[in-house]
Amino acid sequence: MELFWEIVISALMVIGGVFGLVGSYGLVKLPDPMTRLHAPTKATTVGVGSVLIASMLYFAVFRDDLSLHELMITLFLFLTAPITAHFIAKANMHRDWKAEDLPRPQGDGQWAIYEIDSDTSAEELDEAEEAES
Amino acid sequence: MITYALMFAIACFTLALLFNLYRVVHAPGVTDRLLALDTMVINTIALLVLFGIAENTAIFFEASVLFAMVGFVSTVAYAKFILRGDIIE
Repeated sequence: MELFWEIVISALMVIGGVFGLVGSYGLVKLPDPMTRLHAPTKATTVGVGSVLIASMLYFAVFRDDLSLHELMITLFLFLTAPITAHFIAKANMHRDWKAEDLPRPQGDGQWAIYEIDSDTSAEELDEAEEAES
Repeated sequence: MITYALMFAIACFTLALLFNLYRVVHAPGVTDRLLALDTMVINTIALLVLFGIAENTAIFFEASVLFAMVGFVSTVAYAKFILRGDIIE
């Protein structure tokens, strides 16, 4: 039974290492910023996820103390990876793309990132102050 | 067998960190630098966990939890700064 767990843990570690390497290699290799966004945010979270699960299994099987800390880290990374990817994509659109170059989104509006008054602006604040006084 | 797999994984993540470092230094744009730093944090978390297995101690989990949180917050703050020119409006 020990051999089985050893094989499982080793396989998870190797998979994690390969995925992490491929993700970071994609960061160097891929041609433009938006495709570069794709490589690390997908591959490294899979890589780190399987390394963390390998660590959890290792401590549960060979050290007899099952801790769920790793699951917490995995969950946290899986929750935050799309948020950071979204923010980086927005920053990218803001810096390198114009609204005319992109297909229009559905509905009447423009992409939220190009709407000048999508957030609270100085004029709106002034209007709110005038309405109060 | 676990020892060899561990060494292989550590070598992979070290090489990945070197790729990231190259991308941080030779970045075409500031968002690439931000993305490389974010990936660096993720690879460092994996290295910390693997080092914990190699040293046979559970003390590195807290370090990796802290690293994950600080990395997320700093990436979002930097992206927000690029986006709006301010972090908290």
